[in-house]
Amino acid sequence: MKLKQLLQKMSAQNEGFQRLLASVVSIGFGLVFGLILLVCFNAPYAGSGFLSLISAGFRSSDKFAKVLYQAAPLVMTGLSVGFAFRTGLFNIGATGQYTVGAAFALIGAIELQLPWYVCLLLAMLGGAIWGIFPGLFKALFNVHEVITSIMFNWIGVFSVNLIIVNLSQMLARDWGLAQMDRTAPLDVANPSAMLPKLGLDKLFGSSYMNIGIFIAIIIAILMYIVLNKTVFGYEQKACGFNRNASEYAGISSKRSIVLSMVIAGALSGLGGGLYYLAGTGQYSLLKALVPMGFNGIPVALLASSNPIATIFSALFVSFIQVGGDAMQPEFVREIIDIIVSVIIYLSAFSLLMRSVIAKWLAPKQPALALETKSTPDPDSGNSAESEATKS
Amino acid sequence: MRIVSDILSATILFAVPLLLVALGGMFSERSGIVNIALEGIMVIGALFACLTLRALDLNTSIGQNAPQLGMLIAVLIAAISGALFSLLLAFASVSLKADQTIGGTALNMMAPALAIAVTWAVQGQGQTNIIIPTWARITQETLGITPKDVFWQNLLFKSFYQTTIWAIVLFIIAAVVLYKTRFGLRLRACGEHPQAADSVGINVYRMRYSGVFISGVLGGIGGLAYTVAAGSTFQSSVAGYGFLALAVMIFGNWKPWNILGASLFFALFKIIGSYSSSIPFLPKFDNLNQSEYLYLMVPYVVTMILLILTSKKSRAPKAEGIPYDKGRR
Repeated sequence: MKLKQLLQKMSAQNEGFQRLLASVVSIGFGLVFGLILLVCFNAPYAGSGFLSLISAGFRSSDKFAKVLYQAAPLVMTGLSVGFAFRTGLFNIGATGQYTVGAAFALIGAIELQLPWYVCLLLAMLGGAIWGIFPGLFKALFNVHEVITSIMFNWIGVFSVNLIIVNLSQMLARDWGLAQMDRTAPLDVANPSAMLPKLGLDKLFGSSYMNIGIFIAIIIAILMYIVLNKTVFGYEQKACGFNRNASEYAGISSKRSIVLSMVIAGALSGLGGGLYYLAGTGQYSLLKALVPMGFNGIPVALLASSNPIATIFSALFVSFIQVGGDAMQPEFVREIIDIIVSVIIYLSAFSLLMRSVIAKWLAPKQPALALETKSTPDPDSGNSAESEATKS
Repeated sequence: MRIVSDILSATILFAVPLLLVALGGMFSERSGIVNIALEGIMVIGALFACLTLRALDLNTSIGQNAPQLGMLIAVLIAAISGALFSLLLAFASVSLKADQTIGGTALNMMAPALAIAVTWAVQGQGQTNIIIPTWARITQETLGITPKDVFWQNLLFKSFYQTTIWAIVLFIIAAVVLYKTRFGLRLRACGEHPQAADSVGINVYRMRYSGVFISGVLGGIGGLAYTVAAGSTFQSSVAGYGFLALAVMIFGNWKPWNILGASLFFALFKIIGSYSSSIPFLPKFDNLNQSEYLYLMVPYVVTMILLILTSKKSRAPKAEGIPYDKGRR
């Protein structure tokens, strides 16, 4: 009963808290659903499988380092998708921007032998260039950004592959290694382009550890400040909330669309840079899209596009992905994707869930009931973008 | 001549899934629901259809006796499973008025993962491919025609599946239903101005459920059509064809005939891209390594250019993406 009272008090004060509560409830349902799935697929191992799902990320410092390592690019793609959501755009092109950013970073690192910070800037530039297309096409020709993004995802993958194979020393085989169709590992090609580890690798006892996650967190805080404390951020959110109204108020919505996509692209591109400059992964030439960019979408949705919450939702998604790897071979790791998708599905009707939570928390006395009932804004609309702009 | 018939035959083969799925998307969007979940619906339809084909192949002699009956069952299973899966989207976006893009994204993420998990569960650990029995294809022998190396036989029988026939039939039905029936008119009204439709007694919720349901049927069959076109196994993915179908739908301006043209056009460029090395009149770019990537880009670049050129005429259903709320003005 005490817990309920505490929750009542907090949710009456803060709508963001209700949103958090809705996310936590979604996650809870998703995990329960995951447990049921585990029982269905392989009942004798369900208990141990579920245990490793929810604890593998904490089991050793090496595993925890892997959680952080994977979370860094997820934070960035999550921020990218979330920022676009806030401004009323759906950036499904994060994966293309991520790929182009990664390619720019790697070209800087291997072909041009530049240090890591320059490579990261290049990654942002690459992502921004790839983000500008959906923005321009939407602003100038009114082509929907989802379609442009999807097309440019594929154009991005193919052009990156084409450019990498045509440069003189990008591939591992150019450095005398046996691997086919992969870029050269950074510790051979250019160790100075690897993200600094600052002794963290020794502390965690893991080669996965580097400063990537800290860069991602700093960027997330920066995005929070930009969105909530600057005129520019206000204009962007206004455009996302109601394009016509903001146009009427003197904000150029075309400029806003292009800028929003450029920034979203730069964020995704930086994510690609952070992942591949860690030195543990090599870019391989595939004729498919990388899943990291798509995973930014659930990360952003789970965080209701709030930059600070994005850090935690990325950590959560990365955490259960590491847990999913630990469930093998008794279970297929894709069960993680099912769980995440269930969570997203539930969070899609977060409005309903919030009103259920509000009802559950509403105290019995009629006077107070009125007060709490008014907290979930009936006009806040049903889309994530419009909700997000409210906070 | 051989290469021409090969290209045309492959074009039709790959245009079929695009056509079916884009028509599905059209029904959904014309009723006012943005169906970004088409990719996931395709995967689910293909999954259950391929499992059916496999079960029929292993447990019955239908492959020898009546292969096309088996294929018909697979098509029906694809349609039903796709439709049931699409109801998840309809439930979230119509009944619960949730954001349609988010619900669709969730389903897109769920479908391939579910497909891999189910494939494992059915076939045993690590067996991620479902092999499609060879009898699924319609050959000259099936119809009792003696195979000859002539143009039209190469064109027709190089890769001929029952899904192609269904695509033609369903295309005609779709065009008639959308424009010549009461149902089609009401469906379109719900996508343009649901309040007005409601005021004259149309049940907007039911119409939108129907729109999504039809898109599930077509998307499921489209998933099977893609899988038989792409190779001899189902690998829990449709390689972005659901999204391409969305592009085809927009390019086709939410109209059946334009969608037909758009899907043929896109498939042609796609095939030219993947056949680039064997087409004699295409430039070869000898000073470039792996110039095939250049050709693989072509369909996407051309679609982008065409979208720009036709963007002035492009007109999406007015109320798409907005959940219908009776109490709202």
